Amino acid sequence: MTALVSVKALDAFYGDFQALFGIDLELRRGETVAVIGANGAGKSTLLKSLAGLVRNRPDAVQLNGRDIGDAPAASIVKLGLALVPEGRHLFPSLSVEENLLIGGYGDRRRSPWNLRAVYDVFPVLRERRSSDVTILSGGQQQMVAIGRALMSNPSILLCDEISLGLAPIIVEDIYRSIPLIRANGASIVIVEQDVARALRHCDRFYCIQEGRVTLAGRPSEVDQEAVRMAYFGT
Amino acid sequence: MTTDRLPDGHVVAETSAMTKPVWRLQSATRLSRAAGVAAIVIFPLLILVPAVASRNLLQDLIFVFTMLALAQLWNVLAGWGGLISVGQQAFVGLGAYGLFAAVALAGFDPLLAIPMAGCLAAIAAAILGPLMFRLEGPYFAIGSWVVAEALRLGCAQFKPLGGGTGMSLSSAALANMTGTRWAEALFGIRAAAARDVVVYWIALLLVVGITFSIYLFVRSRLGLGLAASRDNNAAARSVGVRTYRIRYLLWVLVAFATGMVGALVYLQKARISPDAAFSVVDWTAYVLFVVVIGGVRTIEGPILGVLVLWALQFNLSGYGSLYLLLLGLIAIFVMLFMQRGIWGSAAARWDLQLFPARKLLVRDDS
Amino acid sequence: MGMGGLDTVLEGVLLGGVYALFAIGLSLIFGIMRLVNLAHGDIVVFAAYMILTATAAAGVSLVVATVVTIVIMFAAGFALQRLVLERVLGDDILPPLLVTFGLSIVVQNGLLLVFGADSRRLQAGAFESSSIALAPGLSVGLAPLIALITAFVVVVLLQVLFYRTALGRAFRATADNPQIAQLMGIDQRNVYALAVGLSLAVSTIAAVTFGIRSNFDPSIGPARLLYAFEAVIIGGLGSLWGTLAGGIVLGLAQTIGGRIDPEWQILAGHLAFLIVLIFRPRGLFPSRRR
Repeated sequence: MTALVSVKALDAFYGDFQALFGIDLELRRGETVAVIGANGAGKSTLLKSLAGLVRNRPDAVQLNGRDIGDAPAASIVKLGLALVPEGRHLFPSLSVEENLLIGGYGDRRRSPWNLRAVYDVFPVLRERRSSDVTILSGGQQQMVAIGRALMSNPSILLCDEISLGLAPIIVEDIYRSIPLIRANGASIVIVEQDVARALRHCDRFYCIQEGRVTLAGRPSEVDQEAVRMAYFGT
Repeated sequence: MTTDRLPDGHVVAETSAMTKPVWRLQSATRLSRAAGVAAIVIFPLLILVPAVASRNLLQDLIFVFTMLALAQLWNVLAGWGGLISVGQQAFVGLGAYGLFAAVALAGFDPLLAIPMAGCLAAIAAAILGPLMFRLEGPYFAIGSWVVAEALRLGCAQFKPLGGGTGMSLSSAALANMTGTRWAEALFGIRAAAARDVVVYWIALLLVVGITFSIYLFVRSRLGLGLAASRDNNAAARSVGVRTYRIRYLLWVLVAFATGMVGALVYLQKARISPDAAFSVVDWTAYVLFVVVIGGVRTIEGPILGVLVLWALQFNLSGYGSLYLLLLGLIAIFVMLFMQRGIWGSAAARWDLQLFPARKLLVRDDS
Repeated sequence: MGMGGLDTVLEGVLLGGVYALFAIGLSLIFGIMRLVNLAHGDIVVFAAYMILTATAAAGVSLVVATVVTIVIMFAAGFALQRLVLERVLGDDILPPLLVTFGLSIVVQNGLLLVFGADSRRLQAGAFESSSIALAPGLSVGLAPLIALITAFVVVVLLQVLFYRTALGRAFRATADNPQIAQLMGIDQRNVYALAVGLSLAVSTIAAVTFGIRSNFDPSIGPARLLYAFEAVIIGGLGSLWGTLAGGIVLGLAQTIGGRIDPEWQILAGHLAFLIVLIFRPRGLFPSRRR
């Protein structure tokens, strides 16, 4: 079966600095794929390349068979690929509800994700809908960030380090929303530094170390030692 | 075992006697050395120009030198200091009025009045600086324009120096200017022409002095520190660069030099008015044009730019508004399509430096 | 003296309305794009000349001419951004400043070439000089009053735009973080172009209110830029109501200064600006957020 998202020989640069070397990756319909690796390995760069924030060769990234490697981020979102960026980056001038609404700026379908649906998944946001986002807790801000991405009704959701800086119990809370998101039809890519959690929630995974894929497969098929070596490189 | 050190004492490597790399800091390039030689040859020639030049040519050259000086000053302020000012005419005007006050009201020798006028401009800059630094980037630019306008209006109220209509310097006040009698005798010319000769020499001295000072500053630790701050202020400060202080110092020194240039220009014109001395077109628009055409953030750029301006001015200034319109359009096009200016683009392409400011670590494998 | 004082205050407030309209256009672009348009004042003058040409040459009424010019200037702003300013926007603040300064010179001299240096005025017939009585013995010029009311209305409309529409959300999000705004499907190039178009449209409104009550010629642009800027700084960055207040304060300062000595009018405005800068660097009514 053809992949929903297909990455072939992706090299990514920040100026003269090369962050990714020949990445090959696939996301199939209905899957949850995890991308693990240490800090600075290139995971975020990979997601940014998929989302269009980092430009590439046109054929380096394909969505439904269509070249999007050099497409601008604004048009990629309209094709159904949404990114929850690392560090959340909510809009401080907008309230919670406005942050969610702006997520749906480019979306006409309004289904299945709209304000009501997002509030159903994250009820605490409904109570805080008119709040200034800067006074929310870290976990609540992460919920807003995820909700914001969902509002574009993506068929592919990229989650960049959504557990970063959050207490484990909050992280569990947030990860409980993943199955709900899957149930509504999205295929997901999760980037995580927490290997155990990532492997628990994914169908397949890739491990990146210093810009290269060092290991790929199903969590059930690989042992801890192999993952450790792929992660750290020694 | 030998220890290799950089000139400032840092140990680079310790090696056995087999391989002994010697490192040195190199700034000069072949081209820059050639340029240095050329400059040493040209400078005396420029000093001798009054012997053979017509008065018109002398006045043209005074225009070129003063424009170049103002352009270099604006360039170092914006490019290294990060202070983009659209109001340097404030200091030109202050310098001019300072000179007129010193000469017409207090009877000082005009030559002495020039640095005095510079001091007036510097003091104003010292006072206004902390106030204006509260404005960020582009708002600082307009703020500087407001200050210039306020000074213009203020000077227009100052009746002893002619108020709104301005005044002229009497020839009596100018006759005793140091050097004029000597020039009269040397070249067999009359007082007014002799004054132009002396002004020419001062202009040459100023532009060379200013350019050279800027070059030394850019090469120095202070200049390097400011360049680092421009790229990343937080990082620079974390290694000890006192951005605010250096920038403030630069701001005051630039005002001092700008004031002296303004004083000199109006000494030559011998007539002042607030609208002329604080004119944004004469003292900012032309200066920006010179810097943009030549290349921002280079020392060579304004030299090229002022020559372009001279050529255009020579041929087209009779066309008034059309000429200014053309200058504006050229500046816009250059900023859109050749942001580094003529020199900047050429220098980037072929790695040219006449005023070498980079320090390269080279291995001396001799 | 009492009546004269009230008179002065009223006149200052009404003048402030015009300054506020000048300032709003400048503030819009800076708030959304962090761009300061040094040609702003000259663009207002350009709009005034356009309205003048429409009324004088095409013989249409002032209202029609204004509406048409608003539409044209909106489109011109859009084009200006997409064709010119877009290329120089970036982290470096120098190129946009130099380009807009060059634009200022171009517009001024272009207007000089086409229209000459004579002073002009927009003809509004009886409207120009009619006055309205607010209270027994207290009357104000109708045109200046309408100008102030217009400033209020413009601010209200813009607040509605920014805080109650999807486009307004897009403006604010882009102002916060243009990169992340892209992830929402917002093409910042269009947002910026709309912002510049909006700024020029508001500037046209400023032009008509100004051109009715004062003479204009190609050289007055830079002074308008300075007043607009002073109004923004006095009022405080980030708030349109603040800009309105800033305009009024500036108008008051100038009018009061002018009463003391006519030659001091503009200087009084500059002094008010400098005083605010010394004692309240963030302005009188700064916005909480930025």
